[in-house]
This record gives sequence, C-alpha cells and structure tokens, in this order.
Amino acid sequence: MIEFRTVTKRFDDGTVAVDALDLTVEAGRITVFVGPSGCGKTTSLRMVNRMIEPTSGQILVDGRDVMAGDAAELRRGIGYVIQQAGLFPHRTVLDNIATVPLLLGWGRRRARERAAELMATVGLDEEMARRYPAQLSGGQQQRVGVARALAADPPILLMDEPFSAVDPVVRENLQDELLRLQAELGKTIVFVTHDIDEAVKLGDKVAVFRTGGILAQYDEPGRLLARPADDFVDGFVGRDRGYRGLGFLSDELPLGELRTVALGSPAPPDGAWTLVVDGADRPQGWLAGADAPTGSTVTAEHLVPGGSLYDVTTGSLRSALDAALSSPSGQGVAVDADGRVIGAVSADDVLRALADARAEQAAA
Amino acid sequence: MIWGWIPRNVELIVDRTIEHLWLALLPVLLGLVISVPLGWLATRTALARTVLVTVTGLLYTVPSLALIVMLPLVLGTQILDPLNVVVALTIYTVALLVRSVADALDAVPPVVVAAATAMGYPPWRRFLAVELPLAVPVIVAGLRVAAVSNTSLVTVGALVGLGGLGQLFTEGFQRDIPSEILTGIVVVLLLALVLDALLLALGRAVTPWTRAGADAGRAR
Repeated sequence: MIEFRTVTKRFDDGTVAVDALDLTVEAGRITVFVGPSGCGKTTSLRMVNRMIEPTSGQILVDGRDVMAGDAAELRRGIGYVIQQAGLFPHRTVLDNIATVPLLLGWGRRRARERAAELMATVGLDEEMARRYPAQLSGGQQQRVGVARALAADPPILLMDEPFSAVDPVVRENLQDELLRLQAELGKTIVFVTHDIDEAVKLGDKVAVFRTGGILAQYDEPGRLLARPADDFVDGFVGRDRGYRGLGFLSDELPLGELRTVALGSPAPPDGAWTLVVDGADRPQGWLAGADAPTGSTVTAEHLVPGGSLYDVTTGSLRSALDAALSSPSGQGVAVDADGRVIGAVSADDVLRALADARAEQAAA
Repeated sequence: MIWGWIPRNVELIVDRTIEHLWLALLPVLLGLVISVPLGWLATRTALARTVLVTVTGLLYTVPSLALIVMLPLVLGTQILDPLNVVVALTIYTVALLVRSVADALDAVPPVVVAAATAMGYPPWRRFLAVELPLAVPVIVAGLRVAAVSNTSLVTVGALVGLGGLGQLFTEGFQRDIPSEILTGIVVVLLLALVLDALLLALGRAVTPWTRAGADAGRAR
C-alpha cells in the first residue's frame, strides 16, 4: 500500500507540480495516474521512489516514510519501468535484466539465471539474451524494461508512460500482456499515462489529475466514465464515454433464438438471415436468403462476413452491443467459452440491461 | 642518402623508439586519469564547465618548447629530467581530453541515467557502471588525437636533449646525416599510425554494443 499524505512538490522555479495530494494506492492492484502534461502525474510517481523528493507532506510505503533511510536502497526494492524503456545500451538483454539482482549482491550466476527466467515470463525468446538493446524492436525493448523492473521480485512496480513510444498494435499487445502478468503476480502497480483509454483499460482504479497537480477524481474506471466529478474530468474522459462505460457492466443478458445452418447443408427455405456454423457450432458467417436458392448447398462463397462475437463468459455489455451493431442481421452472436454459438443478443436487450443497472445503482 | 646508416644504428633506433614510446604514452595515461574526474566536474555545473574548458583550452595554446623549458623552474627539476617532457605532454593531454570527457558524459541519454538511478545505483556506482562506459567511444576518439599529437610533440624535447626519436633529428642535423633525420621522421610517423590503429582497435574491442545498432534493421 502506498499513501500520499498531503504531498506537495514545488520546484525551485516556483511551479507547483503536485498540490496537496492525498491518495491511497491499494496493494495488489493497478492504479493509473492520468492527466494532461504538466498535471503532476509523473512527479507524483517519481516521489514514490524518491527520484523527486516532496517539498512537504509524507509518502508512506507499507507504513514507512520513503524519506527515512537510504534512497538507493529504497529504489532497489521498487520496480521501475521508464519511458522508452531506458535500457542500458552497453549491456546485453540478459545483463540489463540482471541489473537489480547484481546490485543486491546476488552473484552473477544466480542473477543471470533469474534474468533468463524473467525473459520467459515477459514472452521474450531465449535467443535474444545476448543481443544489445539497439538490436530489438520498440516492443521488445519495453518487455525487457518490464523484466528488468521485476527481476528482484519487488512488491511495487512503478510504470512511467511505458508504452507511449510504441505503435498502437504493439501497445495493445503490451497492455494485454501486462494484465495477464498482473493476474499472475498481483503486484502493487502505479501506472502513469496521458492516454485515458489506456488508463480505463488497465486501471483497477484511476486517478485523474488536472494541470497544477490537483487530483480531480479518483475512482474505478466504470464510475469515472459513468459519473465524471466535474467538467474537466468529463472533457478529459472524452467522447463516447457512455458507450465505453458499457465495457464495465457485465450483467447477464437474455439470449434470443438464432437460426443456424451448417456448412454443406441445404439452404433454408425462406429469405431471412441465417447464421452459418461449422461442425463444432462455431460461427462462420451469415447467409442472406437471396444468395443461396432454397435447397441448394450452403458453401463458403455464399457467406456474408459476421460481426464481432459476444462471449457470455467474459464479455461486457459493450461487447454485446457491439456484436449486435456489427452483425449484418442486427442479431449479435453470443458464444460460450469454446466459441460455440449459444444464442442471439439484440441492442434492445443491452439497453434494457443498462436501464436495470442504472436503477440498481440509483437504489444503492 | 646513405642506406648503410640504418643497419649500423639499429640499436640506437630501437632505444630511441622505446624512449619515445614511453615519453608519449605515459602522459596519455596520466592525462586520462586526470581528465575523467575533471570532465565529470565540468558536467556538474555550467560555471565549472566554463572555467575548466577555458583554462585547459588556454593551456593548449602555450608553445610546447616554452613549456618544456619553463617547467624546471616550476617543478624544480633538472633541465634534462624526462619528467619535464612527461609533465608538459600530460598538460596537453588534459587540455584535449577534459572537453572530450565532458562532451561524452553529456551525450549519455538522460533517460538511461534516470533508469540507472531508479534501479538503485548510488551516484558513484552509476558513474562507473553506466555513464563512463557509455562515454568510452567519444573518450577514445579524444585519446587517439592525444596519442598522435604526443607522438609528434615528444620530438620537441630533443631541443633540450630529451626527445626520443627527435634526437635523431637534432643529431642528424648537427652531423649532417640526412639518413638519420629521415629515419627519425619515418619512425615517428609509423609510431603515430600504429598507436592510432591500436587505440581504434582497443576502443572497438571494449564497446561491442556500438556496432550492434548497425544490424538493428535486420533484427526487427
């Protein structure tokens, strides 16, 4: 647990970067600091490991004031992932990852063994061990950066805009990877970003900062989208917040009947939309009646591509609504964990579920 | 041109070459040891940098002969003491290297230094383990200039009787043996080339990562 107690940071030139911040970061969760540039999010993060020291107030890590004791020692106990990875260009991937264990005096052999272990954890190929950072792609460098931060198994991980320098596809992979890792490791993570979508996707809780180092709202992402505290947060959270907020609701939806036909079977008699499935009931595409004459065999050539799928085991109302909206027939395809078709969802059902959720929240 | 002079004086040439080598290289080594802390100091504050770069730059403009002649007065050494040459060339080396070291340290990416701090390096260990190694390519470039320049400057010492191969110039001139002068020039030139090549090779050997970037395109 990390506690900020009325923490203020005023730089020598008089700018107030962080203004009387009171905030508690919960252990074992991902807390995201988000806001525009100059809002003090990075300064706040860097005060946790004393890269920047507070002007007044206290920061407690598990009850201990970070200002007590040696700074370098404190930092070895807190993982840090920096922007653009910040790898040591003169050290191989393996030795980059082994940095903190070596500083802790583990001995070269044990440190390298641990580093090799971590390469596997973050999904890096063994053969990269002897490469230098310049020989890696941006995404690979970032993985090395995460592995290096985790090397000594610190309970806390500070991440300073770690994925901002990579392209959107790689960024999304890294985000998913981080969530997968976190599910395994359960670290206390503080993650700084200027990207609200990244904040909402990764955060168990999100702290929105405004310029001048003031905490505007500290909430779960679903609540942030549903109930922005003020106009600033509303504006910052951005467009489509209603739609994106559905991503945090996962009520059970009533599933409707869905007419299906297997590939290679005779086409159904009337002209309505029919979902085509394979032998294992997995959706292949839609069949518009006019495309295949009644009684003819349904082949892949007849198919209209389907929309997104709604996985009832993991999906949110957002994915259900998207499945309905993106389906050519207007019926969203609901599947089970194995990808088997189990029914249809409609946009109306989603809206009804949303109304119920609202009523529940109002009552609570 | 009397070719016969060379085989008759092999021993002299070898002795002079050895003398020349240590008179040129010892100052490079001493200069490096002195320049690293000074260069580091120059990166700390703007004032330190201005003072150090200006003072060392001024030192370089002192004529070498004047320096070698004046040093005995300052150091209290004998005029024929080789220490005079060593000290003079060390001063020139420092004059060249302080700036190289400061520039090299400045060129270390701030994000890498910040990462090292965040990993828990105390400042001095960070300097030795991260900043200094990353400054090596630029420092080696400065060392090459200093080594070549020293190799040529040692000959000036011959005017006061201590100049390694430079003595082949003065002696050859006094005794009118052109072969001796020419031999001196060629060996000094060869020494300079060899030292430069050796330092280049040494620099490359200790910085394998600088060539790794060249394959980055393929690795991606």
